[in-house]
Amino acid sequence: MITTTEAPMGADTDTRTDAAGTDERSPETVAAQAMGLEPTDEADTGETPGTEAEERAAGDPEPEMDAVFEIEDLSVHYGTTLAVRDISMRIPRKRVTAFIGPSGCGKSTLLRCLNRTNDLLDATVGGRLLYNGEDIYDPRVEAAEVRRRIGMVFQKPNPFPKSIYDNVAFGPRLNGFSGNLDELVEESLTRVALWNEVKDKLDDSGLALSGGQQQRLCIARAIAVSPDVLLMDEPCSALDPIATQRIEDLIDRLKTDYTIVIVTHNMQQAARVSDMTAFFSVRMDGGKGPRVGELVEYDRTTKIFSNPSRQATEDYISGRFG
Amino acid sequence: MSTTVTDNTPNGVPEGSSEGGTPTKGKGPRLTPTGHRSLLEKQGNANSRATVNSIAMGVLTGAMVLAVIPLVLILYKVGVEGLSTINLNFFTMDEPTYRTTEAGYRAGFVGTLYIMAGAIVMAIPLGLATAIYLVEYGRGRLAGLIRFFTDVMTGIPSIFVGLFVYGMLIASGAIFRVGFSAFAASVAIAVIMLPIVTRSAEEILKLVPDEWRNASYALGAGKARTIMTTVLPAAAPGLATGSMLAVARGVGETAPLILTALGSQYLVTTYFSNAQGAVPLQIHSGATQPFAAGIERAWGGALCLFLFVLILVIAARWIGARANKRA
Amino acid sequence: MSATVRDPQPSLRARRKRLADPAFRWFVTLAGTSVFVILAAMVVRTTTDAWPIFQHEGFFGFLTGDRWVSGSTRGTGDFTGTYGAWPFIYGTLVTALIAIVIALPLALCVAIYINQLAPKRLRNPLSYTVEMLAAVPSIVFGMWGLFWLVPNVLLPVFGWLESVLGWFFLFEGPVFGRGYLAAGIVLAIMILPIITAIVREVIAVHPADQQHAAYALGATRFEVIRKVVLPSSFSGIVGATMLGLGRAIGETIAVMMLIGSTKSWEGSLLRMGDSMAAHIAATFKDSSPEAVKGLMAIGVALFLFTMIINVAARLLVWRIGRVAGDAAV
Repeated sequence: MITTTEAPMGADTDTRTDAAGTDERSPETVAAQAMGLEPTDEADTGETPGTEAEERAAGDPEPEMDAVFEIEDLSVHYGTTLAVRDISMRIPRKRVTAFIGPSGCGKSTLLRCLNRTNDLLDATVGGRLLYNGEDIYDPRVEAAEVRRRIGMVFQKPNPFPKSIYDNVAFGPRLNGFSGNLDELVEESLTRVALWNEVKDKLDDSGLALSGGQQQRLCIARAIAVSPDVLLMDEPCSALDPIATQRIEDLIDRLKTDYTIVIVTHNMQQAARVSDMTAFFSVRMDGGKGPRVGELVEYDRTTKIFSNPSRQATEDYISGRFG
Repeated sequence: MSTTVTDNTPNGVPEGSSEGGTPTKGKGPRLTPTGHRSLLEKQGNANSRATVNSIAMGVLTGAMVLAVIPLVLILYKVGVEGLSTINLNFFTMDEPTYRTTEAGYRAGFVGTLYIMAGAIVMAIPLGLATAIYLVEYGRGRLAGLIRFFTDVMTGIPSIFVGLFVYGMLIASGAIFRVGFSAFAASVAIAVIMLPIVTRSAEEILKLVPDEWRNASYALGAGKARTIMTTVLPAAAPGLATGSMLAVARGVGETAPLILTALGSQYLVTTYFSNAQGAVPLQIHSGATQPFAAGIERAWGGALCLFLFVLILVIAARWIGARANKRA
Repeated sequence: MSATVRDPQPSLRARRKRLADPAFRWFVTLAGTSVFVILAAMVVRTTTDAWPIFQHEGFFGFLTGDRWVSGSTRGTGDFTGTYGAWPFIYGTLVTALIAIVIALPLALCVAIYINQLAPKRLRNPLSYTVEMLAAVPSIVFGMWGLFWLVPNVLLPVFGWLESVLGWFFLFEGPVFGRGYLAAGIVLAIMILPIITAIVREVIAVHPADQQHAAYALGATRFEVIRKVVLPSSFSGIVGATMLGLGRAIGETIAVMMLIGSTKSWEGSLLRMGDSMAAHIAATFKDSSPEAVKGLMAIGVALFLFTMIINVAARLLVWRIGRVAGDAAV
């Protein structure tokens, strides 16, 4: 369990807890509740890792970890084109997990599956994708509900053509937020270290900010609805090194409260910010067949970057390929 | 702040949410196997939002269906009524009286042919030349103004164009005087078609890649030659599409013809000197008189006109789509 | 010898080549400016012809007078008629407003459905189908309205309207079938494809990444449309509406067949009246030279209205870039 140590951070979290009324629980109570309420489901998930442990060795470096996402044999089609296949992995809670790999390897595709934004691109998803043990592609589950819990930051900063204030307030307003909206906006902007830069011009258009500021605004917009998970799709690829540095610092601070999954084409970035790293690659059958993304190796970042177990990973990381 | 915030509650506290992490059994939110709040457990206003959303989607779908209904009804009615009247006589006979069943729209067909042929000859070259100017030469304010007024010209009421041509060519004879005639009607229809031809041709010519022009210049061709031998042939299918749509629009115009062609129930073969008939005019007068036979023929005329326009539009789309695919 | 024969040929060709480009340039430039010539000729010709009427009635007297009695002079000396165009202006405005009130919400919904809701492979066929409605000649709309829509749909509906809401001045009887409302409804069908096509293109250029951002915040489809797509498309939608309005105001034949062609103006939408364009077309053949000048004056007023609306609409739509679709329809 990671605890918040920084004083300002702690203060932030406090207010947020008040405002949002979160359901915080220790793992023990969590387990107890689960046993009491839905014992059958608990048994199901308890069984799965054991039976498939060997098959999923690559995707399961820490079988005992507290996973937010459990992905089993996931494959994604766009129309008739297979984009990624047979992905199995578990993504830990309150850690930063990085997806790396050459372009076209399906890392962004997989990321978009995690909050069903792939639905918007007419993707069909096969296999299972469990979020807190629950299949997010269950027909009874609404995509909007999934996305309310699992926020997303995009490759290109995409603030709405509205004021800075309205950008941050957009999500809470939709959710019928009944607390003090001004406070929430200030707090969200403070968390992304943008407040001091914009506090005097909250009514200016979000598009008037610099690229790095826009991206932090987008992160503020995403965390204003208090999601559980933040997905980041190459959030720094459109930014200069200084702006990138600030986003990386931000990720480091945010991981105390959020599970973060980040797609990056920058391996140094993955090494710097992430706890876990998944390396994806493209397989072409017979050299010229369809390009399909696959998970090659998934492990602690320290292990991936110091002592990868697959040759392909090592080649990629050392720059011999991709 | 000693424990971590497991915060998966977006703002807006769920009803009956747990206090201090210990929900009372049965009353608290549904939980997932890992003990987190279930995705099926919607919070706050989520249910009403979902309801509003599905109502809105229903309204949108309903509107789509509603919008298609008139077209179907019109096609059906015109088809059924028109098919029962069209026979050989319909194309070979004039319509001396509305009462007789032995009559046809020959005068209208010939008149429309005269009028449209003249309008095409006037409008398409002028429209193409304007588009060439805009794309190949036009810079700055003049081109901007031409574009703007061409756009504005598409919105001028056709009856006003009829009045203008009447005043210009028939009543006053400021330049030369012609009286009610196919020529006057051609001018009116050409004025209506002109901005349509210009605008669509401009859009198409803009799509011709500059490399092709440069390749032609590199071979020593001048600008005029490049345009005539490289740009226009490359854009031909698109230009045809635009011109066909303009013809489709022009052929169905009725109002300006009342003021310029005036109408004729007998075959007229002069272009400049006599009042001329046209299919839309004949439909109009047939539909607004009391004899059943005349009204039936009007349906026949409506079917012919409608089919012609429909075929033109579909053919234009088809040519355009095929050209796009090839490009 | 051979040199003297060969010599003039290349130089001639060279001269032709030298001249071809400037000549061509002049030709197309001239063609380009023809639009100004045509517009200027229109304005000058019709205004000159209508001038005696404006002098006779006064410009505002002409617009607001509600009596229209055609005179029978040759139009050269003193006029014997009274020319008040208000009944026609009123009819034009009422029918165009009815058309917009019906067509705009429908067009918005259809455009949104096609762009956001319809399966990708259905989008083009659906928009072609709607735009096909714009290809129907207005005389066909008129016939269909007169012989099918009025007797089969509008008469019963209007009868019911009158029996329920007859106490309200807008729906006072008697019910004729033809009238302002009938003309307005058919006009609505006619301008639906125009507004739809433009709104569809305006919505289509809305950046997808902003929509995705809203979806990622948990917005429902409706919320994305309502809170993200529509606000940015607002000026384009206003422009589309005005283009539709301009088209409705200028429409002649269908209105002429459905509005009833009286010279009076009535409060009730179920009664018959006349519109500017319809009145010109309906009375032209039987008009004296003096009365034709009166029709010219109506035409000038009509031109003025549509011009104002069109220029405003174009300025609004131009901000988003020209819309290719509306030229065809």
